[in-house]
Amino acid sequence: MELSFYLVQLLNAIQYGFLLFLVASGMTLLFGIMGIINLAHGSFYMIGAYLAYWLTDITGNLWFGILLGLPIALLVGYLVERFAISFLYKRDHLYQVLLTFALILIFNELQQILWGTDVHAVAIPSFLAGSIPLTENQSYPIYRLFISAVCIVLASGMSWVIQKTRLGMMIRAGASNREMVQSLGIDVNRLFALVFSLGVALAAFAGMLASPVDSVYPGMGENVLIISFVVVVIGGTGSIKGAFVGAMLIGLVSTFGKVLLPEMASVMAYALMAIILLWRPQGLFGRRT
Amino acid sequence: MPVRTRYLSLLAALLLLILFPLFGSSFYIGLLTRILILALFAMSLDLLIGYTGLVSFGHAAFFGIGGYALAICFQDAVVIHLWQALPLSLISAALAALVVGWISIRTSGIYFIMITLAFAQMFFYFFFESPRYGGDDGIFLFFKPVLMIGAEDILHLDRENNFYYFVLTSLVSSYLFLTMILRAPFGKVITAIKANEHRVLALGYPVNHYKLVSFVIAGTLAGLAGFLEGAHSGYVNPSYMSWHESGIAIAIVVLGGMGTLYGPILGAFIVVLLQDFLPSLTDHWQLLFGGIVISVALFLPHGLTSLLPQIWTLFKARKSSSVINPPESDDD
Amino acid sequence: MSEKNRTGISRRDFVIKSSVATAGLAAASVLGPATFAIGGQAKVKVGILLPYTGTYAKLGTNIRNAMMMRFAEAGNLLGGRPIEFVDIDSEAKPAKAQQLTDKLIKKEHVDFLVGPVHSVVGMAMVKMARGKGPITVIPNAGADQLTGVLCAPNVFRTSFSSHQMGFPGGPAVLEDGHKRVVLMYWNYGFGKQVAAAFKKSFLPAGGTIVKEIPTPFPKVDFQAYLTELAALKPDAVYTFYAGGGAVKFVKDFAAAGLKKSIKLYGAGFLTEGLGKAQGDAAEGVRTILHYADTLDNPVNHRFRAAFKTATGAQADVYAVQGYDAGELILRGMNAVKGDVGARAEMIRAMETAEIDSPRGKLRFSKSHNPIHDIYLREVIRGENRVVRVAAKEQDDPATGCSMV
Repeated sequence: MELSFYLVQLLNAIQYGFLLFLVASGMTLLFGIMGIINLAHGSFYMIGAYLAYWLTDITGNLWFGILLGLPIALLVGYLVERFAISFLYKRDHLYQVLLTFALILIFNELQQILWGTDVHAVAIPSFLAGSIPLTENQSYPIYRLFISAVCIVLASGMSWVIQKTRLGMMIRAGASNREMVQSLGIDVNRLFALVFSLGVALAAFAGMLASPVDSVYPGMGENVLIISFVVVVIGGTGSIKGAFVGAMLIGLVSTFGKVLLPEMASVMAYALMAIILLWRPQGLFGRRT
Repeated sequence: MPVRTRYLSLLAALLLLILFPLFGSSFYIGLLTRILILALFAMSLDLLIGYTGLVSFGHAAFFGIGGYALAICFQDAVVIHLWQALPLSLISAALAALVVGWISIRTSGIYFIMITLAFAQMFFYFFFESPRYGGDDGIFLFFKPVLMIGAEDILHLDRENNFYYFVLTSLVSSYLFLTMILRAPFGKVITAIKANEHRVLALGYPVNHYKLVSFVIAGTLAGLAGFLEGAHSGYVNPSYMSWHESGIAIAIVVLGGMGTLYGPILGAFIVVLLQDFLPSLTDHWQLLFGGIVISVALFLPHGLTSLLPQIWTLFKARKSSSVINPPESDDD
Repeated sequence: MSEKNRTGISRRDFVIKSSVATAGLAAASVLGPATFAIGGQAKVKVGILLPYTGTYAKLGTNIRNAMMMRFAEAGNLLGGRPIEFVDIDSEAKPAKAQQLTDKLIKKEHVDFLVGPVHSVVGMAMVKMARGKGPITVIPNAGADQLTGVLCAPNVFRTSFSSHQMGFPGGPAVLEDGHKRVVLMYWNYGFGKQVAAAFKKSFLPAGGTIVKEIPTPFPKVDFQAYLTELAALKPDAVYTFYAGGGAVKFVKDFAAAGLKKSIKLYGAGFLTEGLGKAQGDAAEGVRTILHYADTLDNPVNHRFRAAFKTATGAQADVYAVQGYDAGELILRGMNAVKGDVGARAEMIRAMETAEIDSPRGKLRFSKSHNPIHDIYLREVIRGENRVVRVAAKEQDDPATGCSMV
């Protein structure tokens, strides 16, 4: 194979990494900052994709679909936090695993009741619909490049909010010492509800943005769920930078794994995670506990 | 609830299970066999979750390995000798648990949950994609194990009742075995680790050794359950190891009541019967099942067995119409 | 949204309707004495094990609805006896297959067993039912073993074997003038069998397999493989993908600009019932299947109209397979006038049945697998149009079957 082949594969790897980061960023937020294991994260991704499909179908435009869909996703997140997750902050992770595992079952059924079992697709907005020629017979869809750009904006935006803003400061403080922040007069309950809703909205946003390149089908969330966990854990929970690096690593390993070691393609990401945790049990950018 | 009452109820339950094949139909014996196998699997997970404080989200891997060891080595055998097959499955599961445990126990909290999941996924994909071991189609076994001494056929598991009693015996011996080690100093140390790992460490105990031993015991017993399932159904496939199965196992343990050995058994009964019954109510039965699991996670953190003392108190109160006693705490 | 939800006939509706019908018949039956020994107008129990949740939910629903529609057309009578359905959600989970099959056979004592969709569930099920179990009709699962190693006199299939999804593809691709071909498929049992069958006809006829690219099942990240495909520059690619994976593959393939230089072929599921989701990306994609929506025969026209009226949904190949499963059971029961005890006679009637299916003529091989025409189809303006018959009366070799 020629050099250009590997360059295109590198592009594929980075692109895949961006997609993973999109899903994993919301997860690492809940994981690290709130200490919540959310197995239903994939379900929220799926809900986002279905919302995008449904609302785009009605409004005829993906942007309107996303604009209308995000508040719905925020609301779903808020309700889930208020009526379920908020009872579990002081409990063992075990209960979060159990509760969000059950949420997967529930959201799968709801999806089926609301939208049926057909496979759907979402049209790419016309001005992003073209492709750029790469090699003599392969071209690259512009929309995929657009997703990458959105990811970069999102990643820097999130880092900025968490590191530099007052909201970010409260979130970080709330995560490390809940009682202390409460005694300083900040409503931690409302703060956590807000963060959880944001995490859900991020997952849904990922689903919406990816819906034109992914197809929209029942059970689609479970395809991204486990691999996103791997990304978050490799990077270290709660670290946006870690999620970004983790996503890129998994993107590289699985893309080149597929090309160079096809028989082991599925195992490689998990093996990488095991090796990294063996070396750094708290992940690449995680804080030692 | 007094200790004596609890022992008596456990004995009564055991007696019922022993007598069941006398009046149960073939279908229900088969169903009960499955439930008891699942109970054994959940009980082994409880040793980790409920006693050692290790939330493993990949326990199904060892269940699968127990089954696969049997299937891979004996798929072409006409006679499967129990004394060869059973130790083989147990040793395979124990070795796998040793390796996975050795790496995993270095991590804690969320990382432990995730690394056990990752290992289970590795095993899952290995068997799913490997052409050598049947891929996703899995492996069939056309014969059931037998126990022979010389040419004498002592125990033939082909007969449904024989298999049932074999599973029941496995469950009861595992129960007794776990009770024994939990009463031994080993048990005191691992429960102390669950309560406060740092204090145990400060007392000079090699915490990780204890965790690893516990992990290996749990993995081996899961392997035993997997062996039984593989032998019972004559069919092993990768879905045994999927993360859904690990999730269901956690649900069983918590639903029944973790930190008690009989809790997971109760949990296995409830989950299997619910999954059998709910679909007859609605096509969207998973909504109900999910709802029940969520309610337990929220409102009944110690599972259904935590209700037993209260039921007992009510029962006593009604009987003697005396003042309601506070539930006695007599943890063992 | 809510309209869409109402399109299927719900399982309960059907059961209610059919039980109302049975009640009427039970009253009527007092007039005419039963002609067979056992049970007078006792109901025939039909056990159904199909997925109604998860990825395969739509397939399961269409199969069930079409089969029940066939029964309803026959007055909900099987050989003069009313029907009782025992309908179980298989969830397409292999881990639960045995428990659920056990329930149908040992607890419900069904006379007929219909299912499943998923091949691995099928193997667990057939292993238990073959031989002494109920008469079993498989309306979808395609694993070769089901009518191969695991074949049995009481097991029938109205769908296809993996062999029939791959073998006719070789000559079809060669006839279109493509000699250098890459195989891409989901790396699981069914995908591997389809690929192997394709090679069996393609290689001896002078074709070259440039490379085989198995991709992890059920994952849908195809980008790296498409780049590899582009670099290999074959004339054509033969694929097996279904459902969400098929939509994604066809769209990614088009978006990568590969349609211009590489012709895309596949087993029929690549474009079956996915027209709306795939849109323009699917135009020109050629697939082989034993059915096409646009098949021009009177049975098909009638069937499609009736299915649309009964369920509000468009019929597809799965519905056809369910419809024929119903027909096959009817044939068997009518031949013995409802006496399920006359097992040998019933099996004889079923294996010699020649059915005018919506797919065309359908009969059965010695291993009880369908023998039917396989069509080469091309997506033209969103429809799978028949280009030509790719294989006349395609049979299955039934490797390992003791009945052949």
